Amino acid sequence: MLYREAGDYKTTYTEDSQTFPIKLDRIGYYSVLIIAFLVVPFVINDYWANAVLVPFLIYAIAVLGLNILVGYCGQLSLGTGGFMAVGAYACYKLMTGFPDLNIFFCVILAGFVTAAVGMLFGLPSLRIKGFYLAVATLAAQFFLVWLFNKVPWFYNYSASGQISSPERTLGGIAITGPHTEAWAKYLFCLVFVFLLAWLARNLTRGNLGRSWMAIRDMDIAAEIIGVNPLKAKLTAFGVSSFFIGVAGALFFAVYLGAAEVGEAFGIQKSFLILFMVIIGGLGSIFGSFAGAAFLVLLPVLLKNVLVGGLGWQTDIAAHLEFVIVGGLIITFLILEPHGLAQLWRIIKEKLRLWPFPH
Amino acid sequence: MPEQLLFAAEVTLNGLMAGVMYSLVALGFVLIFKASGIFNYAQGVMALFAALTLVGIQDGQIPFSHLINTIFGTEMHDFGWHVPAFLAILLALGVMILFAIVVEKFILKHLVNQPPIILFMATIGLAYFMEGFGDLMWGSDIKKLDVGLPQGISGVIDETTFDWFGYGFFIDRLDIAATIVAAILVSVLVLFSQYTKQGRAMRAVADDHQAALSVGISLRFIWVLVWSIAGFVALVAGIMWGTKSGVQFSLSLIALKALPVLMLGGFTSIPGAIVGGLIVGVGEKLFEFAIGPMIGGATENWFAYMLALLFLVFRPQGLFGEKIIERV
Amino acid sequence: MKLTKLAAVAAVALTAASPALADLVFPSMSYRTGAFAAGGIPFADGYQDYFTLLNERDGGIGGEKISVPECETGYNTEKGVECYESLKGLNPLILQPLSTGITYQLIPKVTADGIPLHTMGYGRTSAANGKVFKWVFNYPGNYWDAASIMVKHALEQEGGSLEGKSIVLLYHNSAYGKEPIRTLEELSKKHGFKLTLIPVDSPGQEQKSQWLQIRREKPDYVFFWGWGVMNQVAVQEAANIRFPMDHFVGVWWSGAEPDVLPAGEGANGYKSANFTGTGKDYPIFADIQKYVVDTGKAAGDGTSLGQVQYNRGMYAAMLAAEAARKAQELSGVKAINAAQMRDGMEALQVTAARMAELGMPNFGPEVNVTCANHGGAGVGLIQQWDAGAKKWVAITDYISSDRSVIDPLIAEDSAAYAKENNITPRDCK
Repeated sequence: MLYREAGDYKTTYTEDSQTFPIKLDRIGYYSVLIIAFLVVPFVINDYWANAVLVPFLIYAIAVLGLNILVGYCGQLSLGTGGFMAVGAYACYKLMTGFPDLNIFFCVILAGFVTAAVGMLFGLPSLRIKGFYLAVATLAAQFFLVWLFNKVPWFYNYSASGQISSPERTLGGIAITGPHTEAWAKYLFCLVFVFLLAWLARNLTRGNLGRSWMAIRDMDIAAEIIGVNPLKAKLTAFGVSSFFIGVAGALFFAVYLGAAEVGEAFGIQKSFLILFMVIIGGLGSIFGSFAGAAFLVLLPVLLKNVLVGGLGWQTDIAAHLEFVIVGGLIITFLILEPHGLAQLWRIIKEKLRLWPFPH
Repeated sequence: MPEQLLFAAEVTLNGLMAGVMYSLVALGFVLIFKASGIFNYAQGVMALFAALTLVGIQDGQIPFSHLINTIFGTEMHDFGWHVPAFLAILLALGVMILFAIVVEKFILKHLVNQPPIILFMATIGLAYFMEGFGDLMWGSDIKKLDVGLPQGISGVIDETTFDWFGYGFFIDRLDIAATIVAAILVSVLVLFSQYTKQGRAMRAVADDHQAALSVGISLRFIWVLVWSIAGFVALVAGIMWGTKSGVQFSLSLIALKALPVLMLGGFTSIPGAIVGGLIVGVGEKLFEFAIGPMIGGATENWFAYMLALLFLVFRPQGLFGEKIIERV
Repeated sequence: MKLTKLAAVAAVALTAASPALADLVFPSMSYRTGAFAAGGIPFADGYQDYFTLLNERDGGIGGEKISVPECETGYNTEKGVECYESLKGLNPLILQPLSTGITYQLIPKVTADGIPLHTMGYGRTSAANGKVFKWVFNYPGNYWDAASIMVKHALEQEGGSLEGKSIVLLYHNSAYGKEPIRTLEELSKKHGFKLTLIPVDSPGQEQKSQWLQIRREKPDYVFFWGWGVMNQVAVQEAANIRFPMDHFVGVWWSGAEPDVLPAGEGANGYKSANFTGTGKDYPIFADIQKYVVDTGKAAGDGTSLGQVQYNRGMYAAMLAAEAARKAQELSGVKAINAAQMRDGMEALQVTAARMAELGMPNFGPEVNVTCANHGGAGVGLIQQWDAGAKKWVAITDYISSDRSVIDPLIAEDSAAYAKENNITPRDCK
């Protein structure tokens, strides 16, 4: 009734191939943007920024990146934590080595450094496939963490090997460091999320994205029809690592402020981000956000309900959190095996017919 | 230098033993992957859960006592009895079989014919669930596991080698026990899958689901069977690792040690898991011994993966994996 | 649709969940789950039980009731951030994150937000320099003190000289484990012992290579900086290779009951540093039993009373409560705020007489905090595990650390921090 496409005529090809062909979707999209950019920054407080929104946005970038690799190009990667560490340490070295360099460019450059590292570790993907490929990326994960822990140059020879982000400003407003306002952190991350999501969407429906998907669906067939697997796989690794590197840089510089490689970027992080990709939905931009939201927000939400709302003991609540998150994952799977994105698609289909399903 | 050689020999022997411990964990993965194509992420948590259950039964702990006490304000902790080790192992095995039935009934049954990544994801959910559930059930403090396995340096080997070479080798008796147990376990598994009806059915399912179904093999029964066996393997791994470090949350992380073993040996091969484990064990210990001190040590975590990577570049299906045939 | 419903519930819960604001708030950032729960549970219980005792017996501090909101960090920095932000809204008087990683993250934040941070025997060592770290305290001792105390103990055992001896540092390959390296390097120059560094990667379940190396090199001492499962495995492996346990000395985070119990008889004789007394032979435990455990208000099940980590949590709570008392005295206000609490901490003096008065005679070292010295005296004792009796026995008096080595290191490291963050050190008169 409300959600429909009747009367929504397209007269040009451009219009027909736009991201949100249905008018209501467009309205929804723009209102989300307006709320995110113009409303939230004015009402946000420290708790919402640091505990909920900033981690959600940063994870969303990382999930987008991994989704490009796993969801669009079909290359399983478990090196996300290691690549995030590359982004974080590159950003740290840039921030401390060139104090005058704008933080925005630090983050972007960190992304490019990570892209280079990612392509290097993506080379074995030309020969190794499927679950076996995970080993190549796991090697990257463990080796990079070890490297950043071991070589003092990366952490500027500090006694304990911790890196902490110095204060950097953008137009006079602190973006990193302890004096950053909640809204500044949030907006800075949001700009990156917006730009990168836009980039991801347009990359994946263009020539490059199609070649990735061809490789994913069947690499030999793709090769026969003229897709260059070397180029497709390495660009996927490169673009994906760029996203992940940016996420790592933001994670360290804006969100945590101080990090230790083994703890912040360990194997657990790689798994967590892969879980987000799978739960959100492979090969879906919306799914990336949904997956990140599910695994970032749900634990915080459960904690607040169980401990804050019901006054349970923290340990029981923490255990129950695991039980509930696990239970929900299984339930969702049984109801809809292709992730939250598919669930959303079905809901939309149903809404189109609602309230006259026949 | 003969002394260096002796050291290297000792390191190699210990690496072999450590490899057996890795193989024990990897075996569980292989069994389930072979029979159902599922990469069971929850295998590590299953080992933790099995070990927790074993200790809980042995000490007569009341399950969920913390939760019950909180809700009802009661004060109970244990039944006050102590179950002998052998009986406790049988009971824990019973719990793992029950667990397999529940997993089949509530998860696998609903996910028949889904692509592997979906099933993988289901095991992620299962791992989360079990992690919280196990802790709720038995508490998250560290527990001592004692089923009467020997531990500590083997005096006989120490003295004999000292007499022979003038340097006593260190071999942990627990490792020797683990090796014997692993040998028995693998032989039993092989015998079971070769010579029993259920074992053959299991292999048939591993070969081809649909063909197996068409000759009247119950897929559901086989799944319960496989998960029970994997539960049993998890229990054995849990006992071995739990004796070493006490039973606690970190036990679930041993799965990470099994991953390179799997990659190296191939996901579908039981001998692969054993040989892979041995190669990884020896490789990482020797590397740490020879190269480690030069580059700052603590190399074991990544070396196993690098080694596996090197092998895979030459054999993309792992050492013993089935040849991947690709057709368009 | 389920999600939106949940979100609505959460929104209600978020707004409804603010406790009475009049209390003195001493949050407990604990970890009762995850890989380090074995150490976190008794500490959190001890911390909470002491405040419960004050509430039940004395009606709080100076007549003000105490509330101890608990937040589960799981020893995870991200959850630590979440906890910090949620606790910040409750106007906490003091934060004790109980994790070196979280501490590093919170140091700049608490400095900006004006909340005192007390990292008792962990965290950033150079925070002992109060001139640079105005809001951070780490009395009564820090990692560098621990390293020095362990060396002093070895010196005493060897009859005063470590010349030509060798010491292995087996450490958790993280910020926490790397902390003592600088100090030990300095001390090895001073005393002429050979120092070998052997890292163990987290979590540390497999340490065969490391212990084979120790067995080959036959060091005179093994100093140990472990946490979590690494502790149990190391003690077990040391027993396996028959390393003389009285030459195996752990830092205070590697010497509690859960670390040695799994190794059974083999752990007998293992030593560790500590800065509190162990066991239940203090009058205060009678009160805790009476007012807290017997009335069913205990945080745990009451079995952990007297354990190393429990006593340490209780000691941390005692120091916080004493600082609050001092703050009330200084400011003349009963309902103090965080800034007044900080002043109280800076003027904190806990004498032996005061501890006896509190029912904890000789329970910990005397503490004397000044504006310049936030690290206290830097003393600790060495305790030894008696596997037969299943208890830790203090075998030395309080040993003070070698300040001539540590003070320059603290000055150097804190100066570097001040420079990096544009902090002008305060004047301390």
